[in-house]
Amino acid sequence: MSDKTNISKDSSLIPPSGGGEAFPGKIHEAPGGGIILSKLDDLINWARSNSLWPLTFATSCCGIEYMSVAGAKYDFSRFGFEVARATPRQADVIIIAGTIVNKMAPVLKRLYDQMADPKYVIAMGACAISGGPFFYNTYSVVKGADHVIPVDVYVAGCPPRPEALIHALIKLQEKIKSGLTREQIKQGN
Amino acid sequence: MLNEELKINITEQFPNATFEDSGEWLNINIESKDWLSLAQQLRNDSSLYFNYLFCLTCVDWKSHLTMVYHLSSTKYRHNIVIKSKLDRNKPEIETVSHIWRTAEFHEREVYEMFGVNFLNHPDLRLLILPDGWEGKNPMRKDFEDPINMIKL
Amino acid sequence: MYRETTIIKDSSEGVGEASPSLSGGAGDLIINVGPQHPATHGVLHLVLTLNGETIKKVEPHLGFIHRSIEKMCESLSYRQFIYVTSRMDYLSSHINNHACALCVEKGLQVEIPPRAQVIRVLMDELTRIASHELWWGAMAMDLGAFTPFFHAFRERESINDIMEETCGARLTMNYMVPGGVMQDLHPNFQKKVKDFIQLYKRKIHEYDELVTGNIIFQNRMKNVGYLSPEDAISYGCTGPTARGSGVSSDIRKLYPYEVYDKVEFEEVLETGGDSFARYIVRIREMQQSIRIIEQLIDNIPEGDFQSKTKAVLKLPKGEFYSRVETARGELGVYIVSEGGTTPYRIKFRSPGFSNLSVLDHIARGSKLGDLVAMMGTLDLVIPDIDR
Repeated sequence: MSDKTNISKDSSLIPPSGGGEAFPGKIHEAPGGGIILSKLDDLINWARSNSLWPLTFATSCCGIEYMSVAGAKYDFSRFGFEVARATPRQADVIIIAGTIVNKMAPVLKRLYDQMADPKYVIAMGACAISGGPFFYNTYSVVKGADHVIPVDVYVAGCPPRPEALIHALIKLQEKIKSGLTREQIKQGN
Repeated sequence: MLNEELKINITEQFPNATFEDSGEWLNINIESKDWLSLAQQLRNDSSLYFNYLFCLTCVDWKSHLTMVYHLSSTKYRHNIVIKSKLDRNKPEIETVSHIWRTAEFHEREVYEMFGVNFLNHPDLRLLILPDGWEGKNPMRKDFEDPINMIKL
Repeated sequence: MYRETTIIKDSSEGVGEASPSLSGGAGDLIINVGPQHPATHGVLHLVLTLNGETIKKVEPHLGFIHRSIEKMCESLSYRQFIYVTSRMDYLSSHINNHACALCVEKGLQVEIPPRAQVIRVLMDELTRIASHELWWGAMAMDLGAFTPFFHAFRERESINDIMEETCGARLTMNYMVPGGVMQDLHPNFQKKVKDFIQLYKRKIHEYDELVTGNIIFQNRMKNVGYLSPEDAISYGCTGPTARGSGVSSDIRKLYPYEVYDKVEFEEVLETGGDSFARYIVRIREMQQSIRIIEQLIDNIPEGDFQSKTKAVLKLPKGEFYSRVETARGELGVYIVSEGGTTPYRIKFRSPGFSNLSVLDHIARGSKLGDLVAMMGTLDLVIPDIDR
């Protein structure tokens, strides 16, 4: 396999913004071929971010845009989100697509607890970010999914366009490749 | 069947019924104790044949509650609205879930939202609200929730 | 089957361990088809009582997406509450908005210009096709076939493109306002719809080849979930669920609104009463919708797209009821007004609420694998049920 086509010669710890499909590693020329040197952390982060399996969790209208992203026009399996698992034990990322209400919040918490580490959360749509259009005068809506579980990426929109969701997925991939934890990112690394 | 014939038909058995003809359909106001016999008559009478209950709800006027039933007939295609006033402190009315099976779910919803007790209902418990919301009756006008509700 | 995964959720007791003597007879197994499940089309919790593989009782637990819309609408004005109803049955969002706009117009007694009427019917029929497409793709996916899902979404994307140019959004379009539509059609609308009709007529036979004629599919759907006409009326079923049992219930034919009395289309009725009949009803309805669109697309009258109404709407004191035919059945909007700027009480009579109540009746005595076929043909959208 040619080692010049898709391996960047100069990589740093944080991949360049805009997706960074590059395999993290440096090539050390040696007689008879090349040797790739890399850090194990980078390799593991690269592998993790390119094969995140989402959990099928769609409560309301954003679920239809989520299904459109899974369709053929905006395809998210080219980013590695190929298999949508129905069971949380085999899923990596939970995309909260839809409103969370008081009766559903314990279910969401239990699903999150059942997922294995490392796990990530994307809050899709205005309802999952802050209660959305159902903010005022509703007695049963949880005003934001981050009251229940910690969220990594927020996608705005009601419902967000499929391209917006793909942008959020790529942002999540960048976040994983950077290797920092949630608290470190919050402190403005 | 014209509204006048319906009025004559019903006033014979239920002299306390009052009628309003101003809206789109004929509105009949009856007392809550007459409801079961009127419902059976409307369903079984072959010239009326109201076999399709398409809306069952309750409205909270601040001094009393009113049950509203919208009925229709698939044979003759006439529509009718039946209303019944209930006492606010002890709202009770007979169930009609053995006549129109759709009333089972609708009456459960009215029970949890307004607190109306349906006598002889097969399974009266919460349907949509979470556990622990018995007695809270959120759709009533005096529902207090200082965190979520903004008084305009 | 692992015993540890069957956890009982009894509404009065909380979570406990599975035990055969809890309710039902000895040897009965109680299983959750939980709120998070790929085949329930939303968040529906079913508690099944099984004897071996035969279903003895199905009990739906609702409320996992109850957003208290009726209470919220009591504090929104008559122009504002329409956006919330888009999100109730989001697959036929135009038709929901249409029902609310009709109800408010009944109260205000305004006349809608003919151009707006034709635009409303065109949008309704496009939405109906899109909703049935998604139903078809999702139902085939539940039964195990993944390919129809991609075919369905390909057609849906064409319709979404058409909607997006005119209405501005792909899924929850607030395009119908009391008095007409919000803005005029995009200049490309006619050409794109005509292209879509040509494309659709070429592709519709693929659906029959892929799924309808498949022997495995037919064996899974025929004689499954029989619903008699008397039961359909008594349980209040409307839409394709009732038309699959021979009950004539199309609001577009019985109480026509807008221009439905001026176009020619048939009401599709099947007498089988089983899941296959309901499936065929929806497939034929898509063809009838294309027929309506073909008749109207060349004859859009010129004129205003919105009649003049005041900025702040006040309905007179009284009660108003309007009914339309959504992709799932009859939607009724009942407004009680006290003369102010906000409604006093709104009730949405949703089609899914009554269609769901028939699930227990038709599922008794069938096997567990048939439950998915039945739920698929009832075409439930859970936010519509919970409101």
